[in-house]
Amino acid sequence: MKEEGKHKKAKKYGMVINLDECTGCGACMVACMAENNVPFKEDESNKLDSIAWMRVYKLTNGKPYPEAEICYLPRPCMHCEGEHGHAPCVSVCPATATDYNHETGIVSQIYTRCFGCRYCMVACPYHARYFNWWDPVWPEESTKYLSPNVSPRMRGVVEKCSFCFHRYQLAMDKAYLEGRTVLEEDEYQTSCAQACPAGAITFGDLNNPEHKVHQLAKPDNKHGGRPGNPNVFRLLERLGTNPKVYYMSSREWVRQAGDNYINNEDLAKNYRH
Amino acid sequence: MSTQDDKAKEVSADGVAGPIILFFILGLAASLVFGWIIFPKLLYSQKKQPIDFNHVLHVEAVEEGCESCHFFREDGSFSGIPKLAQCVDCHEDAQGEDPNEVKFVEEYVANGREVPWLVYARQPDCVFFSHAAHVKKAEMDCGTCHGHIGESEHSRVYEENRITGYSRDIWGKNISGLKKHTWERMKMDDCAECHTTKEIKTDVETLPWPINWLPRPYEKQTGNKARVKTVKEACFVCHK
Repeated sequence: MKEEGKHKKAKKYGMVINLDECTGCGACMVACMAENNVPFKEDESNKLDSIAWMRVYKLTNGKPYPEAEICYLPRPCMHCEGEHGHAPCVSVCPATATDYNHETGIVSQIYTRCFGCRYCMVACPYHARYFNWWDPVWPEESTKYLSPNVSPRMRGVVEKCSFCFHRYQLAMDKAYLEGRTVLEEDEYQTSCAQACPAGAITFGDLNNPEHKVHQLAKPDNKHGGRPGNPNVFRLLERLGTNPKVYYMSSREWVRQAGDNYINNEDLAKNYRH
Repeated sequence: MSTQDDKAKEVSADGVAGPIILFFILGLAASLVFGWIIFPKLLYSQKKQPIDFNHVLHVEAVEEGCESCHFFREDGSFSGIPKLAQCVDCHEDAQGEDPNEVKFVEEYVANGREVPWLVYARQPDCVFFSHAAHVKKAEMDCGTCHGHIGESEHSRVYEENRITGYSRDIWGKNISGLKKHTWERMKMDDCAECHTTKEIKTDVETLPWPINWLPRPYEKQTGNKARVKTVKEACFVCHK
């Protein structure tokens, strides 16, 4: 009965990325592409054409040498909850090809429903969505390394990070076999979280106080999931997208880089950070 | 003059109407024959399984029914059609004189080659189907979706849609897409049949009660609840 009670409580899978730990090595990008059959292009430097569900950005504080600092920021899909699941992309999709699952908090993307209007790409403030301008082509040999758990996308549809949802499904399969309906924290982890050599990415259920992500971010669900930890921030917090990817940094300029501010804005007055 | 003209027109109209109607009736009949009989024959290619498999014989010989060969792996995944390794457990040498078994042992077991079985129930790439959720959690029978395959003595012909490459079992044998039993089709609508109607499955413990129409005081839920009905937000449950 205890397990049943747990089952009813909705999960909210999310991520905390420690930007102080991130070295910008890009292992998360590679792991993601391999895990999710993300096609690579002949010219990956063409950013209109290339696809990366997880992309590492480079931030600088813009100061000259002695004070110059760099920070790398990995950006998966934020799986925004908005208000009651009204993520920016979900609200605009005319085909219901993307939806917000209240049981897991994951924003799905159904490739076979998508007809490629790209409204969601316009709506997404994080540039987390990518359009397939071409059918994916893999070198003959590398097709053997494709994952059978993720369907490859065809030309003309939008794709994005799914928090490795297929791993959740496989973990649930194992749980069902063992007569459980609840997953342990380590049973469902995204590919990028496991690949990060610095251990910068933490993944888990934000609603579960026993999970590390909850302890790190201390999300305040009554106020749109606002982080309770002063070192934790979210990208474009003030848009109200209520993203489930939290960033952590001890450096003030990094935390401020997560949102837009007007000059001389009274941050204490308008916003906690 | 004018009266003669009118008559001539009437005659010619009558004379032409018959053939025109006949033409359309014949055309309709030809279209129907093409659509219902010739097109399905053209659409599906007929393929034979590499080995003619006798389910009846095997079900008699094994102890645990379907799960003896079609089992769950420890990680929760389903084995589907068994690999050579499972067959070899019994068939290292031919056990009888059936030409199919001899062929199997000589061509596949001796050479260590996997049998290229054709999978009738193979779903399109975009479909995620969890055997664990249906068989273990929901305790459904194999036959609900796969029919009485355990009672077949011969492998039936595998029909492949030449355009999509999918097995005919997905669309169903009936070209009009109608079905009488749950296992005759495997389209999304067929999954949705349960997933849009069945609300909750609850295990109920019932103790003997003499009067059927009286409420049973000893009925209690044992707690194994699962939401079967999927809502609009749940595309990701079955799609990948």
